[in-house]
Amino acid sequence: MNRILAASLLGLSLATSSLAHAEPVKIGVITTLSGGGAGLGIDMRDAFTLAIKQSGNKDVELVIEDDAQKPELAVQIAEKMIQGDKVDLMTGIIWSNLAMAVVPNTVAQDVIYLSPNAGPSALAGANCNPNYFNVAYQNDNFHEAMGQYANKDYKNAFILAPNYPAGKDALTGFKRYYKGSLAGEIYTQVGQTDYAAEIAQIRASGADSVYFFLPGGMGIAFMKQYAQSGVNIPVMGPGFSFSQDVLPAIGDAALGVKNSATWSKDLDNEANKEFVEAFKAEYKRLPSIYAAQSWDTANLILAALSKADVKDKDAFRAALKAADFQSVRGKFVFNNNNHPIQNIYVREVVKEDDGTLTNKIIATAFDDHKDAYAEKCSM
Amino acid sequence: MSRETTVNLLLALLLLGTPLLAAGLGEPFYVTLATRVTVLALAAVGLNLALGLGGLLSFGHAAFFGLGGYVAGILATHAFNAEPLFADIPATTSMPLIWVTAAAVAGLVALPIGAVSLRTSGVYFIMITLAFAQMIYYFAISWPAYGGEDGLSLSMRNAFPGVNTAKPLPYFLICYAALMAALLLFRAIEGSRFGSALQAARQNGTRLAAVGIAPFHIRLVAFAVSAMITGLAGALYADLNRFVGPSMLSWHMSGELIVLIILGGKGRLFGPVAGAMVFVFFEYVLGGITERWQFFLGLILLGIVLFARGGLLGLLSGKPRHV
Amino acid sequence: MPGLHAGIRSVIHVLPNEAWTGLLFTALLIEQLLNGLQLGVMLFLMAAGLTLIFGVMGLINLAHGSLYMIGAFACATVAAATGSFWIGLIASLAAAAGVGAIIEVAVIRRLYDRDHLDQVLATFALILILSEGARWLFGSFPLYLDIPLLLQGAVPLPGGGQYQLYRLAIIGVGIAVAVGLYLLISRTRLGMRIRAGESDREMIGALGVDIGTLYTVVFALGAALAGLAGALVGALQSVQVGMGEPVLILAFVVIVIGGIGSIKGALVGAVIVGVVDTMGRFLLPSLLALTMPASQATTIGAALASMLIYVVMALILAFRPSGLFAAQA
Repeated sequence: MNRILAASLLGLSLATSSLAHAEPVKIGVITTLSGGGAGLGIDMRDAFTLAIKQSGNKDVELVIEDDAQKPELAVQIAEKMIQGDKVDLMTGIIWSNLAMAVVPNTVAQDVIYLSPNAGPSALAGANCNPNYFNVAYQNDNFHEAMGQYANKDYKNAFILAPNYPAGKDALTGFKRYYKGSLAGEIYTQVGQTDYAAEIAQIRASGADSVYFFLPGGMGIAFMKQYAQSGVNIPVMGPGFSFSQDVLPAIGDAALGVKNSATWSKDLDNEANKEFVEAFKAEYKRLPSIYAAQSWDTANLILAALSKADVKDKDAFRAALKAADFQSVRGKFVFNNNNHPIQNIYVREVVKEDDGTLTNKIIATAFDDHKDAYAEKCSM
Repeated sequence: MSRETTVNLLLALLLLGTPLLAAGLGEPFYVTLATRVTVLALAAVGLNLALGLGGLLSFGHAAFFGLGGYVAGILATHAFNAEPLFADIPATTSMPLIWVTAAAVAGLVALPIGAVSLRTSGVYFIMITLAFAQMIYYFAISWPAYGGEDGLSLSMRNAFPGVNTAKPLPYFLICYAALMAALLLFRAIEGSRFGSALQAARQNGTRLAAVGIAPFHIRLVAFAVSAMITGLAGALYADLNRFVGPSMLSWHMSGELIVLIILGGKGRLFGPVAGAMVFVFFEYVLGGITERWQFFLGLILLGIVLFARGGLLGLLSGKPRHV
Repeated sequence: MPGLHAGIRSVIHVLPNEAWTGLLFTALLIEQLLNGLQLGVMLFLMAAGLTLIFGVMGLINLAHGSLYMIGAFACATVAAATGSFWIGLIASLAAAAGVGAIIEVAVIRRLYDRDHLDQVLATFALILILSEGARWLFGSFPLYLDIPLLLQGAVPLPGGGQYQLYRLAIIGVGIAVAVGLYLLISRTRLGMRIRAGESDREMIGALGVDIGTLYTVVFALGAALAGLAGALVGALQSVQVGMGEPVLILAFVVIVIGGIGSIKGALVGAVIVGVVDTMGRFLLPSLLALTMPASQATTIGAALASMLIYVVMALILAFRPSGLFAAQA
């Protein structure tokens, strides 16, 4: 009797769940899959699709498109996803300038966007939006952490970044917590590939440390040339420049460099172990920080889907905001501006026994760090 | 009616009919896609004036496209924040005013650029126009006031009296009207004395000088008018995307505008329209099929330039032109 | 230059006074000049091929940057497989020349009698194909390539500074290539044909020279030089898709300044661009710091520095519309 009841209850619950999910949930993923920046987007996409696959949730349908790192193309794809595919949620953008082009108009059309990487300050403060969730970080965070950590050992840092908004935000973020003096502050050209002139200035400056923010190929070029130049002033950088996607290209030049990040492969929690194992098994490579953030984004969405119907926007936003999922970063809570409150760690680049370069956590720069713009957000 | 005229009419109707049909079927995205075609075609019509009629291969028209875009973006931002532009000149969100400003700014910038560039010819002209565009590109990236590399996001489309520009179809119709007006202007210039002189300057500048017309001035005016049309297109493009950024100024954009013209058929009235339709179509369809779409787009472009001389209109209307 | 000196000090602001002896400043200046020269030499390797191809065949090759990329990828891949940078370097020459020859026979050959417009479009299409093709073959992540053991380390400079050996070697390679090209063109049979091809294309056909082969050889030679540049620079920079494009634009600036078709012009133009760009980045923020707050000066200085070579190019062309050493009228 009991068995029959249980079976029929099961049948009933299956029936209701298939009723509730009669229409699949459509998630639009705009990311960079071609051109020089494709590595980041591919990690993002791979982790996202893997997380969905592992969950066994058959009601999620992904629409994935390549933005080729062009803002106009990203805008066009976003319009197509909203008007044509009628997606319920959007995510995927790697770059701040693409996010600035897409996010404001997306959230204005009452579509929820979850950022797996970029966190421009313009979207974190007064222009925060209930439809915009940043699952990664606010752009200043990594730099603030390194500024904080630098106080421990250094008093005269030389800082440099590309001459564009993210570069200025980076150095502002560093200076927000760094208390020492500056041996120099340089803005380099966007896309610059030769840093001999800057390295000569660093050598002459009498600095006791160097902090740089040079994303992508710029960072690889800088680190290689810096190591080759024989200048031995210690270098610090944000985790992006020492992430798993670029470490092989920098090589031993990166060894021992301290960098800040919200995640590391060796972070000790169950969710992270599962993630790293699953990613390695599926793709035969180590995950980068972009993969980790994207995995969290997918799991946040899955957790919210199990609690609320995506068509009921208010309920679904509340479910997202509750952030009731196992983050690979450990504790994860949303602040009032829908940006994370999370720990930021300092990592060091090390070599594993098999010769693989990777990162190891050596300190915690901030516990439960909030970004500097949240108080300007009226949510 | 010549075969090319028939083809042109069909193209104009196709470009108008597709979004009307899509709007009727409740597929607004295709209206947006058609608007993109229309605006890119308009930009290329501008370039076609310099390139097709005047033989001036400008590799820097992205500068004017981007300038137009930034005019729209900057005016809208100032108006949104209720800040005057300079001193007490108020900003505006009125499209007609923005268009005039965008075209004027593009034209005014084109005059000195043209005055220097037109002293050169051939590859030098290609490269010096590129150099000027790169200057403006780098300036836009590193100038912090208007977003730098992040560009400017418009919170809403600018306004056109009596039209709801936020809706895809009305905005498409505005752009379509602008494109048709530009095509009429192109046709008028082509048939005018000025147009004849411009084409004569392309074919033989010395002979033109011998009959007492300075090719330099003719070309400079053509270059400026061409920049104005492309600048207008830039303003429309900014409103279409509700975004303007330095990528509108990049050399890839200049290259794409040239691609549109050659794809369609250079110097032909509807060349840019046919080129834009095909380019956006391939970009959209291939992008949906494979992440290697740029590879196949390259193959298709290569095939067209090698085997379809005179572009698509050359293929369709079956006669070479300007060989 | 006491004023400038003060400017540099205010950008690099907190140096102890004694560090700013004239000697140190001179050393820094010499180092930056060498950096400019090295950048220029690297640009020359790119520009020489570009200008040769234009001079002989009248072709604008936008895909020249892709050959540079191919050189870097080939060097990185082979160096990783064999453990030797030098084998990688040979592979880069072979790969770039090979791909160049294939492209010439398959595509470029059909473009010689077309106008520049068709050439621009076709080679633009080649960029798309080669970039995406490289990503297909080599993956989306940047590759590793380091400078060879033999050339690691630095040499002392007069005035107390030091300069990286590898960069000096690049300067040496550039000078060797310049001399080699000069000898090739002025002293050899191939060079004679190249010169003949520059001045009168129909004539060399009439003389019984196989123009098709000559063109393929010239194109492959230009490609090999681009590949060499890519491999040499790949050890300094990031080996990744799209690395050729910024260099391509600079190489075009170089050949236009120097006069298209002129190897000598390419050399002079390359050094001008290299030095102006490097010194601009180094000195402009400092000069501005004399008249405005340092933080503002760094931003505006960097903005102006990035535009500087284009300004120089526009100025040169405004006064000499065919460049400094126009090969042909």
